[in-house]
Amino acid sequence: MINISEVIETNKMIQDENLDVRTITMGVSLLDCADASVAECRRKICAKLKRCAGRLVETGDAIASEFGVPIVNKRVSVTPAAAVGASCCRSPQDFVDIARTLDDAARDLGVNFLGGFSAVVSKGMTPADELLIRSIPEALASTERICSSVNVGSTKTGIDMDAVRLMGETVKAAAERTKDRDSIACAKLVVLCNAPDDNPFMAGAFHGVSEGDAVVNVGVSGPGVVKCALAQIPGADFETLCETVKRTAFKITRVGQLVAQEASRRLGVPFGIIDLSLAPTPAVGDSVADILREIGVEHPGAPGTTAALALLNDQVKKGGVMASSYVGGLSGAFIPVSEDQGMIDAVQAGALTIEKLEAMTCVCSVGLDMIAIPGDTSAAAIAGIIADEAAIGMVNQKTTAVRVIPVSGKRAGDTVEFGGLLGHAPVMPVNTFDCSRLIARKGRIPAPIHSFKN
Amino acid sequence: MNKAIITVVGKDTVGILAKTCTYLAENGINILDIAQTVVQGYFNMMMVVDLPETSRPFGEIAGGLAKTGEEMGLQVKCQKAEIFEKMHRI
Repeated sequence: MINISEVIETNKMIQDENLDVRTITMGVSLLDCADASVAECRRKICAKLKRCAGRLVETGDAIASEFGVPIVNKRVSVTPAAAVGASCCRSPQDFVDIARTLDDAARDLGVNFLGGFSAVVSKGMTPADELLIRSIPEALASTERICSSVNVGSTKTGIDMDAVRLMGETVKAAAERTKDRDSIACAKLVVLCNAPDDNPFMAGAFHGVSEGDAVVNVGVSGPGVVKCALAQIPGADFETLCETVKRTAFKITRVGQLVAQEASRRLGVPFGIIDLSLAPTPAVGDSVADILREIGVEHPGAPGTTAALALLNDQVKKGGVMASSYVGGLSGAFIPVSEDQGMIDAVQAGALTIEKLEAMTCVCSVGLDMIAIPGDTSAAAIAGIIADEAAIGMVNQKTTAVRVIPVSGKRAGDTVEFGGLLGHAPVMPVNTFDCSRLIARKGRIPAPIHSFKN
Repeated sequence: MNKAIITVVGKDTVGILAKTCTYLAENGINILDIAQTVVQGYFNMMMVVDLPETSRPFGEIAGGLAKTGEEMGLQVKCQKAEIFEKMHRI
């Protein structure tokens, strides 16, 4: 029988330490919506999303209320739109129309984001992939809830440098297209390497073609819970530290597993995976940076930060894996800047630079995330940043990503406000030395030697 | 069995148990176990109850309990038991 101290512990995590289920994301395949006519394709998309995800929000709310644990976001991810629209879209405008349809559907479903306005081009771009990428600035500027992602490389295929170059230009164009709104379009656009097919977290969520017709994926969170647990054992040795993170991650993940199974049962859709991530929010006490500080660095960015993050990331996985029957997605610690008050403080204190963040991405689950950079950063420099991150992902056989926002009209040291979960961010300086001759080269970087495992 | 956990947190006062139990009795809800403790000066009570199949919807019961609590200046929550069982038991 459950005892009172366990009940108090669980409710303290929820009430005081920001334990929540960050997202229930329903993945929906739109492959069967492909059609030779754009209008017909759009009609099929609306009907399919309504049929599969019509009850997602009410089900999520009911589960949250019955178990007493907040489920912050209810979201939908779909098949990469470049594949869905390949047979009917003849221009970027056709893809913009698809994006608007997805946006309308998201609004009708009541979900706050829909991911999958995406292309997977790790080895090369089809004409449809390229049209979709060229439509991204307008698609993101004229929609509210659509998230876009482009996978430009993988360990198995190498890096498509033509796509990297095009994404540098696209990020820049998206920033310019939304310059009246602090270049907000770039906050909903991520460039990935080794993108997982089952990631429930935005902006990189899409429903990969390896997935079934519909699936429920859940992203757990709870950096505040880990931080509070570590605060109880100040100065403890590494064994105790690691055990504490593992134990806490286990408990957090069990809640995610429960919610995922329940959502799957009630929606009549198979359970996919739990994403074991520590996902911060701008709220005080919901910060991955605070955990790093609790482990012992003054600010993230101080020497030792990468080691502390590596330890944290690994223990979260070790604790979480046993708590769930299927683990996938990104699974690890997220280190976005604008969405984590502790990271923002570190940047403002002068402790954290993009170069240090790049090093940190070698040992955690994603990449350079939600980083505001000067508006005059060139497309080639952004492509260079993307190529660096993709190389880290490719060589280390892990997912990496770049979500930078070259904020139009802003310089290093200024601040931008994105609002809500996207937070606010100090603009960080970028190395201004030139890489345009590298980026101008055509073709792709071959897959690394250790990818040949057959 | 449809087990739920009711927690009552707040300043200790006369009649907490009586009022909560009255509400449960009126709704045909059986109490399986009760425990209480004081943490950092606050009264904490936990009840394990069995919600009958014929019970009103879960949200209504939870809302009614929360309202009963508010009248006494207490926070009363009702949650399905699985969240605690999953988190603390393998």
